Amino acid sequence: MTAPFGRRLCEVARNRDSGGYRVVSVIDREGPEPQAGQFYMLAAATGWGAREGRAFLPRAISVAETRPAAGGGVRLDFLLDAVGPGTERLCDLGERDAVWVTGPLGNSFASPREVSADAAGAVLVGGGVGVAPLALLRRRFAERGVPHRVLLGFRDRAHTGGLDLFCGSSGVLCPDVRLATEDGHAGVQGRVTDLLLPILAGDDARSGVVYSCGPPAMLEAVRTLCAEHGVAVELALESPMACGFGACFGCAVPKPGGGFLRLCVDGPVLRGDEVEGVSHAYA
Amino acid sequence: MPELCGIELAHPVINASGTYDAIAARKVFGDALLDDFPFAAFVSKTITPEPRAGNAPRRIWETPSGMLNSIGLPNKGLEGFLAEDLPQLRELPVPLIVSIMATTREEFARCVERVAARREVAAIELNVSCPNVHSGLIVGENPSETEALLQTLRPLSEKPLIVKLTPNVADPAAVAAGAERGGADAVSLINTLKGTAIDPATGAPALGNGYGGLSGPAVRPVALEQVRSVRAAVGLPIVGMGGIATGGDAAEFLALGAAAVAVGTENFRDPRAGSRVAEELESSLRPVRISEPALDLD
Repeated sequence: MTAPFGRRLCEVARNRDSGGYRVVSVIDREGPEPQAGQFYMLAAATGWGAREGRAFLPRAISVAETRPAAGGGVRLDFLLDAVGPGTERLCDLGERDAVWVTGPLGNSFASPREVSADAAGAVLVGGGVGVAPLALLRRRFAERGVPHRVLLGFRDRAHTGGLDLFCGSSGVLCPDVRLATEDGHAGVQGRVTDLLLPILAGDDARSGVVYSCGPPAMLEAVRTLCAEHGVAVELALESPMACGFGACFGCAVPKPGGGFLRLCVDGPVLRGDEVEGVSHAYA
Repeated sequence: MPELCGIELAHPVINASGTYDAIAARKVFGDALLDDFPFAAFVSKTITPEPRAGNAPRRIWETPSGMLNSIGLPNKGLEGFLAEDLPQLRELPVPLIVSIMATTREEFARCVERVAARREVAAIELNVSCPNVHSGLIVGENPSETEALLQTLRPLSEKPLIVKLTPNVADPAAVAAGAERGGADAVSLINTLKGTAIDPATGAPALGNGYGGLSGPAVRPVALEQVRSVRAAVGLPIVGMGGIATGGDAAEFLALGAAAVAVGTENFRDPRAGSRVAEELESSLRPVRISEPALDLD
């Protein structure tokens, strides 16, 4: 399924708090339903460029949840952390504000069996704002009956953005989700890799595939652990990106044998062995 | 209907080299790209004699009303381009202009001969923002180097040769005059302005290469002045570019005498920017060329 050609103006339906982050819901009347891992290029229709000429470029944001919209099209939920002029403006969008949308772009997570012929189950590992694409992936796996576990890492009580995306309609955390928090206020005290390690060390680890998205240091730790244990892993990466459709060549990610991938069209989901390593230099 | 060196254009808006990968865009957007192709001619990314991987990240950095890039001309090389990319670019509904760069006159000549021999190529753009390894001089920064390169290449093809001028010189009009003396058919300007930025998180240069090229609306007044000065110095047709984001921006370049305009960085923000600029240009009042005398109403 290709994306509609060009950018289109969409309306913001809702902007709500989520543990220190924002969840901004946009109604897309024209686009197809996105797959987990795909992203959109977003830019506010007004006030973009308001801070000393920035934000200038649209921002690549992965979709955290999608549902059919009343009146046609799809609702797209984006999890946003205000870290610069672009995300600050997007976090500030109000109901009925207009936003430029291009997408859905990029590839998506594969099923465990598509990744590895003898894999049946999935382990989702997320941290920070990177939990977003795993929320949609978790729901899809649950609907398709793919056995899965979800491991999420958060810093402290004030930084639990996106956790509610993993809660059922009653507001209770889904039973397949386990937490690691660095301050120990919920789940186990420590890092999400502390939850992953015993699973990778288990006898049946190779019957699963790991899916991960989060800060570069976490992704690199997950990638290395999976390689050490011979477990296949798909990583949803981030990279500085001007266009999202292969035009700018900005989102270069080094390949193991030399050369680069364009994350927007070759990713954003890459197998652990497709990348040289995950580093702040390009993430 | 506008034309450029005898190439008929459906409208005056083309793309800047290196700002649109039509093959990748077709995979992303499907054949809707061809039905609604944004440019009146398509300029390829720069092709070099051998394949290049491009520069180490970080490659782009947002700036006020613009961006820095240090991409490093990643491409499949001449033979890879001819074998893999050209058959796909032939399916575009518009004339094709191939951008090439090399570091010796002999290599430039080989590229021009191989590319010009292909029927699907309407014109060649020469990216001269590169050193001549024999002289050590950046060709496009030096009028006599530019003239000598054109004298080498001119006899090799009857297809239009467009020289892409660099803005990083004191007198771009002198380089344009060198291109004209050497037999160029047109000039296109501006390429990106050299620039750098510090990443506040590290205190070090933000781009992996240390510096890059600035583009976007921030450079438009510089581009307009360079088009004006080149227009005053040479008779060649000009493809004007530099920060064009709207039809009004394009009209400024046309008012200064550009034969056509190119959209670059705006493509990243809007994949249909070329069509939009052309539509806005069409619906705006036709600009009055400043060189024309005012009407005497008496």
